[in-house]
Formats: sequence, C-alpha cells, structure tokens
Amino acid sequence: MITVDLDHSSVRDLNERLHRLPPETNEKAWRIVNPKGAHALCAGLSVPIEVVIDGHPGYYCAGMNKEASIVVNGHCGVGLAENMMSGEVRVKGNASDAAGATGRGGLLVIEGDAGLRCGISMKGIDIVVGGSVGHMSAFMAQGGSLVVCGDAGSSLGDSIYEARLYIQGKVESLGADCVEKKMTPHHLAKLERLLARAGIEADPRRFKRYGSARRLYNFHVDHADAY
Amino acid sequence: MCGIVGLFLKNPALRPSLGRHLSHMLVEMTERGPDSAGIAVYHKPVKGKASKLTLFHADPHFHWREVGGAVGEALKAEVDIETKANHVVMTVSAPDATVRGWLKAHHPEIRIMGYGQVMEVYKDMGLPKQVAERYGLSKMEGTHAIGHTRMATESAVTTEHSHPFTAASDMCLVHNGSLSNHNNLRKWLRKRGHEFETDNDSEVAARYFAHRLSEGASLAEALEAGLKDLDGFYTFTMGTRNGFAVLRDAFACKPAVLAETDDWVAMASEYRSIANLPGADKAAVWAPAPAVVYTWDVKAAA
Repeated sequence: MITVDLDHSSVRDLNERLHRLPPETNEKAWRIVNPKGAHALCAGLSVPIEVVIDGHPGYYCAGMNKEASIVVNGHCGVGLAENMMSGEVRVKGNASDAAGATGRGGLLVIEGDAGLRCGISMKGIDIVVGGSVGHMSAFMAQGGSLVVCGDAGSSLGDSIYEARLYIQGKVESLGADCVEKKMTPHHLAKLERLLARAGIEADPRRFKRYGSARRLYNFHVDHADAY
Repeated sequence: MCGIVGLFLKNPALRPSLGRHLSHMLVEMTERGPDSAGIAVYHKPVKGKASKLTLFHADPHFHWREVGGAVGEALKAEVDIETKANHVVMTVSAPDATVRGWLKAHHPEIRIMGYGQVMEVYKDMGLPKQVAERYGLSKMEGTHAIGHTRMATESAVTTEHSHPFTAASDMCLVHNGSLSNHNNLRKWLRKRGHEFETDNDSEVAARYFAHRLSEGASLAEALEAGLKDLDGFYTFTMGTRNGFAVLRDAFACKPAVLAETDDWVAMASEYRSIANLPGADKAAVWAPAPAVVYTWDVKAAA
C-alpha cells in the first residue's frame, strides 16, 4: 500500500501520479491521509486501482472516475463522483450536494445521507444512499438507478426522462412528470442486486418505485394556444 | 463567488485563540475571494454607557487624534483611539448613536465600519492573509467572529462594498449570493427611516434584519421573517452581541458547512476552512438545510 499524506504533498502532484499509472500497474493499493477538504481529490482516475481516503475531501472528489475503486472514510463536499464513467466510489459518511451528478456508469454508494440534487442529470450511474437525500434529487435524470434507504426531499425526479428511483422512506413531494410506478418482480430483482452490490442491508419489498410519466418528451398540441 | 467563515466558541478556554483560528479559516477561503476581506470580532466589551466604533478613512495619515479630541470636547466624553492601519477603534464614554450623529454631521468622509459595545469590524482590499495580518486578527481574543472573502462579480472592489455589513449596535451580516428584490426592500426600509450607505444588496439584507430586531424580534424570528421577505440566493451568517446565526435560502445554491464540537461551532463555505480547527476530525459536520434557521447564544453556551 502506498500512503500519500496531503499535509506533505499537493493534490496536483498526487493526481498526476495517479493519472500516469499504466493500466497494468502493480501500484494497485493507495491510501490518502489528511485530505482536509481539498478539491478534486482523485478526479479523473482511469485504471483499476483501489484508493482509500481517510478524512473529509472537498469538492469533486472522484470526479469522472473510470475503473478505479475509491473508498472515503469521511464526509464529501459538493459534486462527489460527478460524471463517473465506471468503477465504484463508496463514502462511509455523508455527501454534500450534487453527488453523482451527470454520472454515466459505475456504482456510487453513500452510506450516510446525501445533500441536495443527488443524481442531478444522471445518465446511467447507479447510486445507493444508506440515509436520506435532499430536494430535487434525480432532477432531469436520464438513466441509471437511484436507491434511497431513507427519505427524499421535495421535487424528487423533477423533469425526469428515464432512470429508476427506489425510495424506502417518505417522499416529501414529486417533481414535474415524476410518478410512482408499479414494483414488478423484474424491478424487485434489480433492486435486490443493487443493494447486494452496495453491501447495504434493506428489504427491497419495503421500497416504492418512481419514474417518468413521459409526458414532457414531446410538445403537446393542447398547449398550442399558450404561445 | 465569495467565502464566508464564522466561529462561535462554547468553551471559554478557547477565547484567547479566537482570532488565530478565524485567521486560518479566512485564509483557506482565499480562492473563493481574493479581492478583499472583512472581519467582525466580538471582542473586549466596553462598560456602562460607553461605546466603541470602528472607523475608516482612505488616507492612512488622517488626523484621527484631532477628530478624537473634537468628539471628546463636543460630547464632554472621554475618548480613546487605537489605530490599526487605516482603521481606528474609537472608544467613547457616550452612547454610539450620539457619536455616530456627531461624526456624520462633522466628518461625513469618515466611514463607520461597526459600532456597539463589543464588536469591531475591519474590511479592506487585498488577499485575506494580508488583511488578517494588517489588522492583527490572530492576536484578537473574543467569543465569536465572522469573516468574508470577496470575489466581486458585479459591483466594484472597494472597502465600502466589502462585508461584513453593520446595521445596528453589535450586529453584522455576511452574505454569499444575490438578492433579486433589494430595490423594493430598500424603498420599504427607507420609508421606515433607514439610511443606506451603498447600493449593495447585502446592505439591504443587513438593514432588513436590523429593522426586524428593532421591532423586538429574536435573532431566530428576524431570520424566519427574512425567509418570507428576501427573494434571491443567500447563505447568511450573522452576529449579534450574544448571538450567532446561519441561514440558507430555500434553494440552497450557495454552499455552507456547519461543524460543532463541545467546544465550538464553526460555519464556512467549504469544509477546508474547518479542517484545521482543534478536534475538527471528531466534529459533527453537516450542510445546513435549506430555509432552516440555525442560532447559538453566548449566554446559553457558557
């Protein structure tokens, strides 16, 4: 295991080292200490390595992640794992706003709570939250799944295109065009697999499923008079 | 973009190091605001009817001694002057309203940065580190302090446009965001006798909260009222003689982190300002919820 202490190394140096690793690297296990709210920590990784961060990173931690597996023993700032492509990011604490924003693939697990706009414009990422999410989560979501074991704040799934939302607790309100949908055996099995992959214990049968009513896809001729 | 920091000490043993900790917090917010910085420190209360005013004049060689003498003579009061760069702290054995009235009439060119019995306010152009050093922030003791680092996007980079804004005795406000109804609100406040010193929307918010407090609202009630009357984006941190408060608008677009231990409460735009406080790694850390008022009280904490 290679340990990097950010009290003695800059984030830029660390990220550059990680970016230069070839796909077949033997330096597969990394530990980062003293992140102290630094931005863009481990952003843009693209090889299958394992990174553990001890402490609280700042904005855009693990952004654009590809292939790497990143575990944070702490809380994360805004934009955690934004635009993630693949791999896995796991946060043992809470995440701030816009976690998993625009994510295209991979698995993001937040064991605590996520802030506002979790999964905003998600495009294929799977997000599993052990706690609750704030308002406007999955805003304009286009693909992937958002699993919330706690509650969801107001306007969940506002202007959602696709993506599947599974919420166990209360939903304060649904956003425009987001509706509750039937939980079929197919969806139950998917949710069960997601929870198992995330290593979060919960009974899939206690969740409700939400998604797009698909009424905003096309211009509706009844609204022609409005213009 | 701007940076906000605030530190409220619950454990009196930490009071001698208030300024040192706030200084580190402020410097961490340099990237969010390299143009200018401002601080309000609740610090060395004056007794009885005495008051202290933090005053500013652009001329570093301004004749403060003469002004102090004239104040003393006119108000038959004892006056003490402590100079810090182009600010002075004027302590007068008279109520602050009387001193402010005299200064406005005889020296309208002097800017009153802050007034009351406890609070001192310093704001200046330059990097947060330079401003903190210029005013000896790291040596200041006290109960609570608030800081702001500014990156101007619309209005000018001047000392006048810097935060914190003061609108009542020992009251100050820092703001990250922008208000959309500040013109109407300014008119509304002018009708109720409030005078404005800048065109800044944050000054409107400061005077609005001062107005609510003057009507008898508690700190929490004043902020609750703000949720209805202020339209726009904001993360506010406000100080009063005994109080410390944080409020975000209902959309919560502007960042904020709160952290609390048995010894202190810290507020910052980003966690990195909090990371080096003693015991930060064990603190409860959370993002203040949208449209929820958070307050702390010096007397309740002690």
